[in-house]
Amino acid sequence: METFSSYDPGNFYDELIEPGGTPRPGAQLLVDKIESLPPGDLAMRQKAAEALLLKMGITFNVYGLEEGTEKILPFDIIPRIVPRNEWQQIESGLKQRIFALNEFLQDIYNDKKIIKDKVIAEELILSSRTYRKECEGFTPPRGIWCHVTGTDLVRDGDGRFYVLEDNLRCPSGVSYVLENRQVLKRTFPQVFEASQVRPVDNYPSKLLEMLEFLAPDHCPHPTIGVLTPGTYNSAYFEHSFLSQQMGVELVEGRDLVVSDGNVHMLTTKGLKRVDVLYRRIDDDFIDPEAFRPDSMLGVKGLIAAYKAGRIAMANAPGTGIADDKVIYSYVPKIIKYYTGEDPILANVPTYICSNDDEKAYVLENLDKLVVKAANESGGYGMLIGPHASASERALFADKIRSEPRNYMAQPTLSLSRVPTIVGDRIEGRHVDLRPYVLYGKDIYVQPGGLTRVALTKGSLVVNSSQGGGSKDTWVL
Amino acid sequence: MLSRVANSIYWMCRYIERAENVARFIRVNLNLLLDMPSEQGKHWEPLVLITGDQDRFEDLYPSYTQESVIRFLTFDREYPNSILSCLEAARENGRSIREIISSEMWEHLNTFYLELTDPKNQTLALEDPQGFFKFIQMRSHLFTGLMDSTMSHGEAWNFARIGLMMERADKTSRILDVKYFMLLPDADQVNTPIDNIQWMAVLKSASAFEMYRKEHHLITPRMVAAFLIFDEQFPRSIRHCITKAQICLHRISGSPNGSNTNAAEKLLGRLKADLEYTDIDEVINQGMHEYLDNLQTRINLAGEAIGTTFFNNKALVEMTTSEQ
Repeated sequence: METFSSYDPGNFYDELIEPGGTPRPGAQLLVDKIESLPPGDLAMRQKAAEALLLKMGITFNVYGLEEGTEKILPFDIIPRIVPRNEWQQIESGLKQRIFALNEFLQDIYNDKKIIKDKVIAEELILSSRTYRKECEGFTPPRGIWCHVTGTDLVRDGDGRFYVLEDNLRCPSGVSYVLENRQVLKRTFPQVFEASQVRPVDNYPSKLLEMLEFLAPDHCPHPTIGVLTPGTYNSAYFEHSFLSQQMGVELVEGRDLVVSDGNVHMLTTKGLKRVDVLYRRIDDDFIDPEAFRPDSMLGVKGLIAAYKAGRIAMANAPGTGIADDKVIYSYVPKIIKYYTGEDPILANVPTYICSNDDEKAYVLENLDKLVVKAANESGGYGMLIGPHASASERALFADKIRSEPRNYMAQPTLSLSRVPTIVGDRIEGRHVDLRPYVLYGKDIYVQPGGLTRVALTKGSLVVNSSQGGGSKDTWVL
Repeated sequence: MLSRVANSIYWMCRYIERAENVARFIRVNLNLLLDMPSEQGKHWEPLVLITGDQDRFEDLYPSYTQESVIRFLTFDREYPNSILSCLEAARENGRSIREIISSEMWEHLNTFYLELTDPKNQTLALEDPQGFFKFIQMRSHLFTGLMDSTMSHGEAWNFARIGLMMERADKTSRILDVKYFMLLPDADQVNTPIDNIQWMAVLKSASAFEMYRKEHHLITPRMVAAFLIFDEQFPRSIRHCITKAQICLHRISGSPNGSNTNAAEKLLGRLKADLEYTDIDEVINQGMHEYLDNLQTRINLAGEAIGTTFFNNKALVEMTTSEQ
């Protein structure tokens, strides 16, 4: 195997190697280790890691595939390393951002001061598909809306981190962070120890602590459940994993029933009251009485019980408004408005298509921009202008003209790269970073997060449903 | 525990046991054929009779040949009780309770199913059926072994055991019901030693031959029936299975043996008492088929009662809430 001796970081920001070819300070130990391996050893370690994941059954399901719906998320054993000083900035930036978004949610569903002060137009809020009228006038337990967030960060060619999008509904992927770490500890034990990597393993305890914090005061030993759509959901493994790690029940909608205004599980010994739900079902499907009446996954009457304070839920319904991709462009103003501070983490410049000038710019420059639908996730409903064909661009131009509120565009970023094993070589591949943030008694940022990597040469799409894989993330 | 979880673990075990039973029947039959090749044509039909699904078979296949019966009972995804369908159902149930069962159990079940779908093994089933069905049996036994040694013997485990025992009791009664009549030339001969390979095969179908020999030596139809229905210690006798299921049921509810707190305990308790206080002569006088038919109905009713008592609480809730 050819290792770092022939590695070319190219014209990109490389997370491990400096432009001249020398390792970045935190990566020296790792690079030395890989260089010292006998030929073929790195490939062998990669195979062993994959075999381990297969055996543990760490799989996800891909929508639209019938047979063999379970896949292993491709995993690359060369970790991404984040130095301490950079992490401190990310951590404080995320805390600031999540705090402000939570204030924003509380405000727009109640006093609407930010609208009255003309920072954001009411029209923009009300026209979002993820705005929930049902939440108006409501304050969730402890005033927290977005308990679990996965914020997608990218590093551009200038070496700075930018927030690409916020995921405040049901962000997934944290189980991969935990499992990848298990695997990598076995792959590079000495380097791992010598590099003093910060642990990620206490995430389930932190999550449990946060869920317990939400329980009503009279409830010292609350019954907690993870609400899953079921075994066919792409993230089912994660739901099962988190409930197992926290030692709480894993429930489906059909296991729950609302009786006397309280939410109960159907157990072999009758009904048992549930106090807190970590729900992994989207708002739309969570209660056929409140939202989509055709939902088979939800629990009838759950939202009524929730609004009556009979049960706590993470995340609160209605948080989707804050990760609407058009509202996203206002987040710097939102941060300034609620905290009086300038944002620590910058946004990617964004063109809003409902704004006529910006729409015109977007339509003229489709070949340079990335266009995203306001409420899609998982890399669906997206156009990468420079890589798209003329007909794909024409299709998107039509969509933008007919539904401008639903689209925004951003310049194509030059995402940073990390050395990645490709066949018998190491080549650079583009990555992003999704740290996980918990909002309970205080705000906790898991040191690390999911580094997603676009395994296809030159590709910028890191989503697992579109050929992406993952790497372990070492925060020093 | 959650009713859905109890239901899944109960059915997961029933399906595994069912698959093992089918594999065992086929293996015994293959052995028998080697000894009596002239009867080739007649030997495969009873195998389908034991399952009670002959209508479905006849819809799908023209005649009872070795190949068609093996295909039907082993790999037919259209047929819900084929080994492959059972394994698929067991795995789907297992997947939905991964956080409840041990990872050893899940990994084994997962591998077992994936091996079965491998086309190589599908060829093997026809080329080396003995080896193939032995492999299915051993995989099933390994699963139960893993369950007993890697999972706490709490409520979930007890539901699993009940599933296993109910399925086993049902299958033993079916083997006996079908074979007893086919093999007994004349009712008068019920006490005559008929030490032929056919009666040995009946015992082998329930893995009972060696244990029977130790206990009763000569093979008479009467004693074979008595052994498979009433023996206290043999793990596949109907009485033994029902007794074990009843113990697990009482562990779950916490009520003492000899009392009952729900319909399932009541039905199973009565069934157990009847099995303890009936002897084989009463059965023969009453008629073996009538007796076994009635027994199967009662096993099914007890199974249904377990369902309504523990798994289907939802129906009850809806009734009570609509009254308020």
